Amino acid sequence: MNVRSRPRVAVFKMASCDGCQLQILDAEDALLELAGAIEIVNFAEASSDLRPGPYDITLVEGSVSTPEQEAQIREIREASRILITIGACATAGGIQALRNATGRLEEFVRTVYPTPEYVRTLEDSHPVADHVPVDLELTGCPIDRGELLHALASLLAGAKPRVSTSPVCLECKRRGAVCVVVAKGEPCLGPVTRTGCGAICPRFGRGCYGCFGPAQAPGNAEALGRRFIELGLRPKEAADRFRFITGWAPAFREAAARLEEVER
Amino acid sequence: MWHIEREGLGRLIRLLADRGYRVIGPTVRDDAIVLEEIEGLEDLPAGVREVQGPGSYRLERSNDGRLFDWAHGPDAGKRFLFPPRERLTEIRRDREGMRVGPAPEEDDRPLALLGLRSCDLHAIAVQDRVFMGLDERYRRRRERAVLIGVNCAVPGGTCFCVSMGTGPRCTSGFDLALTELADGFALEVGSRVGQELRDALGARPASEDERAEVDAIATAAAERMGRTLDVSDMPTLLYRNREHPRWREVAERCLACTNCTMVCPTCFCHDVVDDVSLSGDVATRSREWASCFSAEYSWAAGVVVRESHAARYRQWLTHKFASWIDQFGVSGCVGCGRCITWCPVGIDVTEEIAAIRATDGAVEVRTA
Amino acid sequence: MSTTELREPAAQPEGRPMRIAVIQRIVPETPESSTYWMTWRGNDGEGYAFEAGQFNMLYLFGVGEVAISISSNPMHPHHLGHTVRHVGRVTNAFRNLRPGDEIGVRGPFGKPWPLHEAEGGDLVIVAGGVGVCPVRPAVESAMRNRDRYRRLILLLGARTPDLLPYKDQLDEWVALMERLGVELHLTVDEAVGTWLYDIGVVTTLFPKARIEPARTTAFMCGPEVMLRFAGRGLRELGVPAERIYLSTERHMECGIGLCGHCQLGPYFVCTDGPVFRYDEIAPLLEVREL
Repeated sequence: MNVRSRPRVAVFKMASCDGCQLQILDAEDALLELAGAIEIVNFAEASSDLRPGPYDITLVEGSVSTPEQEAQIREIREASRILITIGACATAGGIQALRNATGRLEEFVRTVYPTPEYVRTLEDSHPVADHVPVDLELTGCPIDRGELLHALASLLAGAKPRVSTSPVCLECKRRGAVCVVVAKGEPCLGPVTRTGCGAICPRFGRGCYGCFGPAQAPGNAEALGRRFIELGLRPKEAADRFRFITGWAPAFREAAARLEEVER
Repeated sequence: MWHIEREGLGRLIRLLADRGYRVIGPTVRDDAIVLEEIEGLEDLPAGVREVQGPGSYRLERSNDGRLFDWAHGPDAGKRFLFPPRERLTEIRRDREGMRVGPAPEEDDRPLALLGLRSCDLHAIAVQDRVFMGLDERYRRRRERAVLIGVNCAVPGGTCFCVSMGTGPRCTSGFDLALTELADGFALEVGSRVGQELRDALGARPASEDERAEVDAIATAAAERMGRTLDVSDMPTLLYRNREHPRWREVAERCLACTNCTMVCPTCFCHDVVDDVSLSGDVATRSREWASCFSAEYSWAAGVVVRESHAARYRQWLTHKFASWIDQFGVSGCVGCGRCITWCPVGIDVTEEIAAIRATDGAVEVRTA
Repeated sequence: MSTTELREPAAQPEGRPMRIAVIQRIVPETPESSTYWMTWRGNDGEGYAFEAGQFNMLYLFGVGEVAISISSNPMHPHHLGHTVRHVGRVTNAFRNLRPGDEIGVRGPFGKPWPLHEAEGGDLVIVAGGVGVCPVRPAVESAMRNRDRYRRLILLLGARTPDLLPYKDQLDEWVALMERLGVELHLTVDEAVGTWLYDIGVVTTLFPKARIEPARTTAFMCGPEVMLRFAGRGLRELGVPAERIYLSTERHMECGIGLCGHCQLGPYFVCTDGPVFRYDEIAPLLEVREL
């Protein structure tokens, strides 16, 4: 993953809330250094000066949720040497993937939108990697700014960024946070969720809700769900803990399905 | 043996701080007793008790004002002598090329660790064997540190230091060791530094009754261990049971979440990670606590060597209780039981080893 | 290993200082590996010496460190060669290096090949693929003291000819070996193009080499599968387990037995190895996911 000295960088969005892009704009003190290191040539959220590819590094936020996005992501891939997807939507399908495999898309559209006939959407919302090859995934809702800056700095130094697949617990303990599962009996997805967030939620005394998606393989999310049941959750409630922002990620999706079977 | 009033402990804390020490001691935060920088007696966990079990830790109020009627929270001396994250090296690059230098210490005050249990003191002795000859930073922190032990009166529900021969009474590795009595503390001196602190505190010699009470507290504590563990026949018991079916059974519950290794006061594995500035002129190398439960821990030449949770659990338990003995001449376990309490699913090492011992020699039958 | 046997303290604390070397020449060896030849910057090489079989931790600015066997001649510690297989994050970043670039070097680390063990008898060296690189210094040391050994037998294998390192020097080597009385046998699992040597896995060379077990000391280096088969093959011929040595590979971050990553059973590969005696290590290599 070698990039030229001041790479041309583009930022695109698909189906998403723009929160991850804001992580770049909110980079404050790092922003100046960032501007010196890279040349942002296409970033609609930041500037109307949109220049065409090819791009050295492209960041894509959002899931592929409409037929237009299916075509767009192929064009983006074509134009990009290194494609990095950012955020829970782009890497796991996002909250909008809750509709997936429900068979109730039409009903949802009618309930949510006043003029449903304007809405043209795919049956399912998918992560970008389901459509085109992706070089690096930075997960999270939103992504962690430090992780993004580390990734860019690493690419500039000529190496594939080191993105840890270890669970949140590792970081929770490094930072001296007290475990909410053990000390409070509160369900927390930290043991099976990828680190990168700095263990924010447990550090504020609440359980992790898995926004960084599944941690390392093989994982054992189902065993954690069984623990939630021991702590007093109904199997359906335990399953639903895994069906949130990253619920479409296979490890969480499958664990939720198996936990729900316990209910039946 | 000596005696100080209850207020004497407060004076000890202030005395150490005045002498430039960073005084670390137990305090209540986020529903647990943790180790943090303290300023006086009022920071200590007065009238608090713990209820510990597999995967469970709860604080209870006792309202008796006693300061040390608990065993230990998740922290041990490791957090301070071998910090979870520290910069080691800074490399600058300019036209002249690369320049390599040590990264400065973030807090260079010497440490005073107060409230360590006998298991914690033994854990420091275990980590000394790992780091002292090899790591200048650790050695400097360690040699300047003052260690103040406190004898356990109320062991935790997951404690088994008696089985490991590491407690509950502080017998070595301390500068001062305290035992909480009704009207103050009995004081034992373990070093010249401890002697000097005792003199500065103006401690008086302990009475016969006080000595007897200290013995009685230790004896009673030894009888109240939450757990026992038979460690005879180590390391070979675990070496000859590498293919035991129990590894796969425990893996059905194990989340590979790393908590046991993080709270273990002797686990020393770490990553050395690299950072570089966006401008590309300054790079750093930092050390971070790592865990053999991470997939990336055993990443070698493009493959994860220990792919399954069974293999990772086997690595941890076998290292801790068996190969540690070959590597360092002592067991890696001090019987503190933290790994049992802080495992989110409550896996119990004493139960796992007992199960392997009970079916010693069983070999997993692999079905296609 | 007895329970009282403590590991020896490393010769120098702090994992040895990082010295700076400068890349001189980069020689592609296989599609996935290149040899990086380097020399010390200024007097950074002062006091540096290594033995055949040892490794260095190589640091790329801002990227990280990686353990790489030294594949050059121990007689020339100021002209170092490291053959790097581009399989990981750091090793892939080696592709960006150009002559004149700087690289950090800590080392040397690890136990060397016990060349003295073979003196007076036959030295048989078995290597597969990029495993040829770490044995190269042993071959060079042995050739330099050719009169100390009876027969010098070199058995080299790879999956295909293009996966055999030092191809550009093969014919040169073969000629040199013949002159120095080294018995060199080459084989590939699968021949492509013009291949003048043998075909088959490296163990198929054993009968051809007419190994004399009672006089043999063997060094092996290569993928773990090859090590297992070659080890068994040598044992079946009657070479005693305590006279077979092999070099192992594990992830390392410190080189001094501190970071814990390279553990293999009771051993730290970085300090107890990477060269082990077969009878110490073979049972561990048979355990899956150890």
